[in-house]
Amino acid sequence: MILNMGPQHPSTHGVLRVMLEIDGETVVRIMPDIGYLHTGIEKTCEAKFYQQVVPLTDRIDYLCPLTNNLCYCLAVEKLLGLDIPPKAQWLRVLLNELTRINSHLVWLGTHALDIGAMTVFLYCFREREDILRLFEAVSGQRMMTSYFRIGGLALEPPLDFLNRVRDFARRFPARVDEYENLLTANPIWMMRTKGVARITAEDAIALGTSGPTLRASGVDFDLRRDLPYSSYEKFRFEVPVAQEGDVFARYLCRVRELRESSKIIDQALAGMPEGAIKAEAPKVVLPDREKMKTQMEALIYHFKIITEGFSVPAGEVYQAVESPRGEMGYYVVSDGTAKPYRVHMRAACLANLQTLPIMCEGRLIADVVAAIGSIDIVLGEIDR
Amino acid sequence: MSLKPAITDLAQLKEHPAVACLLAGIPQAIEAVKFEHDEMSLHIERSAIREACALLRDYAACPFNFLSDVTCVDWYPSEPRFEVIYHLLAIGKKERVRLKVRLGDNAPSLDSVTPIWPAANFFEREVYDLFGIRFLGHPYLRRIQMPDNWEGHPLRKDYPVEGYR
Repeated sequence: MILNMGPQHPSTHGVLRVMLEIDGETVVRIMPDIGYLHTGIEKTCEAKFYQQVVPLTDRIDYLCPLTNNLCYCLAVEKLLGLDIPPKAQWLRVLLNELTRINSHLVWLGTHALDIGAMTVFLYCFREREDILRLFEAVSGQRMMTSYFRIGGLALEPPLDFLNRVRDFARRFPARVDEYENLLTANPIWMMRTKGVARITAEDAIALGTSGPTLRASGVDFDLRRDLPYSSYEKFRFEVPVAQEGDVFARYLCRVRELRESSKIIDQALAGMPEGAIKAEAPKVVLPDREKMKTQMEALIYHFKIITEGFSVPAGEVYQAVESPRGEMGYYVVSDGTAKPYRVHMRAACLANLQTLPIMCEGRLIADVVAAIGSIDIVLGEIDR
Repeated sequence: MSLKPAITDLAQLKEHPAVACLLAGIPQAIEAVKFEHDEMSLHIERSAIREACALLRDYAACPFNFLSDVTCVDWYPSEPRFEVIYHLLAIGKKERVRLKVRLGDNAPSLDSVTPIWPAANFFEREVYDLFGIRFLGHPYLRRIQMPDNWEGHPLRKDYPVEGYR
């Protein structure tokens, strides 16, 4: 029998449609069907100035807008050959780790909810709310932050911002203990997740899997540590790896990542450099408001950037960052004008979703729900 | 970080693991090579792409075992019009390489790399859907993002941003 699951199904995390060929309760074949959220962002990017693409990158993945902002900015900065001041780099790291926590909390809450643990959802969203308030303080927006700019950051963070982050980072590890108390040794949770939707390291690599889904299969690879960007090489952190490759292993990896992200935030707060938050590049970076109102030259640059954009030397770069879901890559091609010739996003989820047949075939329908939750998909990123 | 000029001389770049691998295996398939922004790009002859990928994946000194991405760029109206682009990653050795295949406007097609990396399945379907490039030997070459009855390939440069109205 062919069973249709989704696109409007609570456990498909958005608009994923899955076609299941079943024999009783057992899944014989599974076929994901995507594209319900396709908005043509890549095409839209080609019609915008480079700086106008930043808000579009937010819309790709609504759980980690700052990671996408960062990846795009890094790619264009590489094409321009810009040096980013240390303070901007560290704030980028700090905000990216907050984003990772935010994303993992939504994942943990909804994944547990799918499997039937309601309470965790409420606990996770309590902390997520704190993080969204921090984002709002720094960028004015809770979700579509658009806070990074090509060449640095949009604004200085507010004066008490670092203290508020410090306060959050102090409280957070105890909160992770609370989630773990509810789940890690919970017999029902273990029965639903251990040995379910298993994938081996060879299959995971061959299918292009990345992020916690890959590390839970025993592959020790993290772009933050192995191909560092934005000063990640200056931070000390562990990369959680598990060997089993099942839903429980992926859960453990992500929960440990919550703790590691918290550690990175502590280090970023302790060693936050002083200085500028924008690069010295008047043709690319908008001048300060004060200068723009008082200096002729700054006003001219401001006017030119807003009306004509800035031209980027012809060339191409591929920049990848470790998003909460895996390798988020931006391939930017420039033809020397002020608009990108091509922007392509390598979505981690698109590759991760391809593991679904290997994980689910021969298992029960109920395990499909656990498997979809465990690879942490965001359909906005898959469909773009 | 100042911009360094691109290196396009094959002799200077033969130390790079991907170049070394292909020079040892199929030197005639390398059409051009470019090292810019610390990234290595290799133009591969159309008919040799699957063999090149297989060689790189199984290269003992530095196995490019991970296919990050497959995408395409449309250089309309110049010819050859399309460039299909593969981003490969060697997970153990932390090396990346970009392979490119140039294709003409007339019924563009090339060999699928799904037999080498199953990961290419969705990526190639997306390129087929949005650019109209056929991948020979792909197990399920159907539209993936656009509806099945869609006409045209939206990421081609001669397709208007607003769509056909």
